[in-house]
Amino acid sequence: MKKELLKFAAFALLVMLMPLAFKGGYLMNVLVFVGINTMLSIALNLLLGYAGQISLGHAGFFGLGAYLSGILTASYGWNAWLAMPLAAVTVGILAYLIGFPILKLKGHYLAMATLGLGIIIYIVFNETVDLTGGPSGLSGIPNLAIGGLRFDSDVKNYYLVWGFTLATVLFALNLANSRVGRALRAVHDSEVAARVVGVNSRLLKVQIFAVSAIFSSLAGSLYAHTMTFISPASFGFNFSVELLTMVVIGGLGSIYGSFLGAALLTLLPEFLRAAHDYDIIIYGALLMVMVMFMPGGLVRGVPELYRKLIKLKGGADHA
Amino acid sequence: MLRIKNVNTYYGKVHALKDVSLHLGEGEIVTLIGANGAGKTTILNTISGVTPAAGGEICFRTEPVTALSADRIVKLGISQVPEGRQVFKPLSVEDNLELGAYLRYRSSEKTAAIQKDKEQVFKLFPRLEERRRQLAGTMSGGEQQMLAIGRAMMANPKLLLLDEPSMGLAPLVVQEIFRVLERLRNETGMTILLVEQNAKAALKLADRGYVLETGKVILEGAAEELMENADVKRAYLGKDKSEKRHK
Repeated sequence: MKKELLKFAAFALLVMLMPLAFKGGYLMNVLVFVGINTMLSIALNLLLGYAGQISLGHAGFFGLGAYLSGILTASYGWNAWLAMPLAAVTVGILAYLIGFPILKLKGHYLAMATLGLGIIIYIVFNETVDLTGGPSGLSGIPNLAIGGLRFDSDVKNYYLVWGFTLATVLFALNLANSRVGRALRAVHDSEVAARVVGVNSRLLKVQIFAVSAIFSSLAGSLYAHTMTFISPASFGFNFSVELLTMVVIGGLGSIYGSFLGAALLTLLPEFLRAAHDYDIIIYGALLMVMVMFMPGGLVRGVPELYRKLIKLKGGADHA
Repeated sequence: MLRIKNVNTYYGKVHALKDVSLHLGEGEIVTLIGANGAGKTTILNTISGVTPAAGGEICFRTEPVTALSADRIVKLGISQVPEGRQVFKPLSVEDNLELGAYLRYRSSEKTAAIQKDKEQVFKLFPRLEERRRQLAGTMSGGEQQMLAIGRAMMANPKLLLLDEPSMGLAPLVVQEIFRVLERLRNETGMTILLVEQNAKAALKLADRGYVLETGKVILEGAAEELMENADVKRAYLGKDKSEKRHK
């Protein structure tokens, strides 16, 4: 446990020092997204990597958080610090209620049901024009502020978002190492066995679905208040798949893996921009290679690669 | 201790248990024998709440448990060792045992009592202690079966439901496991309901037995009587000469 805490402290320190290395600039803005995507990947990983339940609709919960926060503040003049938790609670309750019927489904059927849920939410964003502004989006969402401090620059947003992200990491680590985390992994491995040891697997699945939705909603609110403009395009099916990819590439059932996956998939397109029209091909090829050769994700694959390289070097020295 | 009266269970439209009645006294070992598909596993799953009964009554001690959920039933003191062991393969031996005590953390019982039960399991199965950090999936079938029994013990049950503990195991390992079951009954007074394909070994261990056929109890009696019964002999025990079991 002490080792875990040390690891977290090192991670937090690294995060806090990042802005000094970049001194503002465009990359800061990208790093804000890394923070938001890390929160989302962790939320999805708790559901997918720990409890073993797939969701292809998480962009919907992300969007609901963003729109609830955005509408309450921009159209109704609420304080953003009130709108955020209210959005999270609302999304949590919604996920809880929907969770009971759909989490009875397994495998492909659950994937279909959550996919449908995500699409319905996306359509609602597009069609309720009076409320959401429809396809042209919702603008004028205020930044978050504490007293006189307004989070209106990339560096300030960086610290704001990463503060929440670090809290999410800490929460997820605690949950994963607790008795509940053990029960989640039990449900993942064998639901019948989990039930005979007394885990109420049905309820537990719904609860973790709701927790996952709450964190996604918080990430959505942060997104709305840092971007100040949102449109449905950010919350469609594509983004749900991208989140799933982050979790799998990073490593299922690993909290730091979620960070690695989110960081890679957010940063990669930025670096590939130099390749112009070929970027999407390289991006796709890289993902394929990674899934083929690192089935355990970055968090397990990279250390293994490192060990192999050392061994190779050692062998060369002997020759 | 456990009384089942006229229980009916369905899988969709399939009528799996037809008016099954049976009972267990405190400290008894009772076995259910019968061919594949006779409903042995279904009886255990119905008692433990995994496959709830559609009709009839199940009483544990004085309480009706027919309509309770699986986790409530565990809490009342009925633990099941499911068919095919079903240990949590990606988890360590120790994590598997801790999961057995899942419901006890929430109640006021101290972790010390759970720790003591863990020691007790290690005493019954010393091999589990040697391998406490090993992942359950990397152990042999026999060790996994021991772990599954140990995990069920961690809930501190009064009644243990065992579903084919001998499945796919070497005869020597089966003997070892059956010896532990006997010790468990003699030392702690555990009540055991045992489902077995290996009717001979089960009847040797048990006090009483029930014979099931297509969802119905067709015969019941003391274990020795069943062993001498001509029908049972022919159908489930096999002739002495052809004792080798074919897989």
